[in-house]
Amino acid sequence: MSRIGRAFSRAARDGRAALVVFVEAGDPSLEVTERLLPALAAAGADVIELGVPFSDPIADGPAIQRASERGLAAGASLSAVLDLVARSRASGLDVPLVLFGYANPVLSMGEAVFAARAAAAGVDGALVTDLPPEEGAAFAATLKAARLDPVFLLAPTSPPKRAKTVGRLSRGFVYVVSRAGVTGVRADVPSGLEELVGRVRDGVGRLPVAVGFGISTPAQVAAVSCLADGVVVGSAVVLSMEDAVRGGADPVEAAAALVRALAAATSR
Amino acid sequence: MAEKFVVPEADAAGRFGEFGGRFVPETLMAPVEELTKAYAKARADASFRRELHHLLTTYAGRPTPLTEAKRLSEELGARILLKREDLLHTGAHKINNALGQVLLAKRMGKSRVIAETGAGQHGVATATAAALLGIPCVVYMGSVDVERQALNVYRMRLLGTKVVPVDSGSKTLKDAINEAMRDWVASYADTHYVLGSALGPHPYPRMVRDFHAVIGREARAQARKLLGGLPDLVVACVGGGSNAIGLFHAFLPEREVELVGVEAGGRSSAPGEHAARFGPGRVGVLHGTRTLLLADDDGQVLPTHSVSAGLDYPAVGPEHANLAALGRTRYESVTDDEALAAFHALSEKEGIIPALESAHAVAWVLREAPKRRGGTILLGLSGRGDKDVPTVARLEGAAGVAL
Repeated sequence: MSRIGRAFSRAARDGRAALVVFVEAGDPSLEVTERLLPALAAAGADVIELGVPFSDPIADGPAIQRASERGLAAGASLSAVLDLVARSRASGLDVPLVLFGYANPVLSMGEAVFAARAAAAGVDGALVTDLPPEEGAAFAATLKAARLDPVFLLAPTSPPKRAKTVGRLSRGFVYVVSRAGVTGVRADVPSGLEELVGRVRDGVGRLPVAVGFGISTPAQVAAVSCLADGVVVGSAVVLSMEDAVRGGADPVEAAAALVRALAAATSR
Repeated sequence: MAEKFVVPEADAAGRFGEFGGRFVPETLMAPVEELTKAYAKARADASFRRELHHLLTTYAGRPTPLTEAKRLSEELGARILLKREDLLHTGAHKINNALGQVLLAKRMGKSRVIAETGAGQHGVATATAAALLGIPCVVYMGSVDVERQALNVYRMRLLGTKVVPVDSGSKTLKDAINEAMRDWVASYADTHYVLGSALGPHPYPRMVRDFHAVIGREARAQARKLLGGLPDLVVACVGGGSNAIGLFHAFLPEREVELVGVEAGGRSSAPGEHAARFGPGRVGVLHGTRTLLLADDDGQVLPTHSVSAGLDYPAVGPEHANLAALGRTRYESVTDDEALAAFHALSEKEGIIPALESAHAVAWVLREAPKRRGGTILLGLSGRGDKDVPTVARLEGAAGVAL
């Protein structure tokens, strides 16, 4: 079982959902990200999704768009992010890491080169937002051959039979987009979520199911934890860091404090 | 007679050779599939084709004439024919596609349309079609373009459309597409996204081309009537490439007809200073399609520059990329200054003020025609230049030219 799989199993054994935390690499600097990763793990993140900045993040709302622009300005290219992961692993970071980004930087590096470098650096999986199963099957095979977990998305719009396809291609977990739209903080939990997660489970078999998009508060985390194996929080963490930087506080401390509160809400 | 070129069509996955496809987030897969099916059904439906034809002929102003550019021809030594898309309602070819897609949106039962725009021509065309067919419309436009195309912004507002300035990224066409896609991800249930060029995820490149293919069909018949044959060379400007692919398509099978697309060479060939994809461009993915793309070594999309907002885009439609790879079409570029000179030349010699986009094609013809004495060149005049008059006046005022 992969490091990601083990993290989900451990959470399940503890009677809680796994907390998956998204942060953007290089936001606001690569040095901060390097301090951030162990701090998030210590605060209770079971899996970290490390965003690779891209110039045209069409699936992201304003919070992550701004983080992406800051990351690019700080030099967080895909290559620099892989180096950062290698340094973090060398200094003992053990939390599972999933790279989360867009197709063009990966295709530009070359899928095979990316897989080899990611595996050597200590990355555990990758999710490429604009590589749906139709375009990403070969990439998934390349990742698997390098012992990396390909993670694909399912959305409320996905027809039921797609869950099977995605389940076959994915390893580690599948990521269920809780609602139509871009990433960002929302006040509620969508009403059809239980049914959506049920439909996904029917298709993906025993693969853990994590739910994200619009989840930001401990109350929302608590609600989703009862339905899914994992809960993804992204924009809220990114915003907490942005606020801290604006107020002259330490963004690592701010993110860790939020993650501690979110982690406490994952029990079933 | 040379052997005919077999025109490659998009396959079921929307691939033109190694280009095209559907590189979109999972949430958009079902909407693009729904659109693909609806478009296939409409295309096969005679009543849809009749309705669109009716609008194109009684509302938009089709067919557009083929005009002999007599004074230019005399001066340059090659016979130059202009396909006059500039005479269409709203001033550019964009209305062909806007009417087609808004009509399709109505058939699909959508109650709202959205669009992106660069120069504003596609925005105006969509706003016009939406007003005509009675459907609310929102247009996303980069804030840089909002500034340089203020007249078109006001025009869209007059037509009852809401214009939303986009402040992210480079604040131009590519960012307007990003924002329209973000809207669509949340709104697809009741909204159709009227993408304005032959790019984006399948079925857009093929569908947009189909709606513009009328340009080439007319031009071919008109040239035959006038010349008793086909032109030697067909030229059009290429941003995303919708007017060019529409004009080229009817000529693709005849290898003896040379097809040339003209890109924006901008201020220089330095990265960020132009929008010429066919030289330094690499194969990449942007806005749902795999195509030639201006990107850096890290795969980040490069900023672009062109005096013409409609050509200011880092990628090109996938069908163009494939036709170039097959050697059937080729692509050249001209600079901002050459386009501006051509803007004046066509105005003074033929009494036609061209759009700055179209002026790029004119500029290349001015450069090339003297080498083609006795030949016939068909030039796609994709739009008129009224919208650009303030820009040109400002540019030349700054350069010390009296207004």
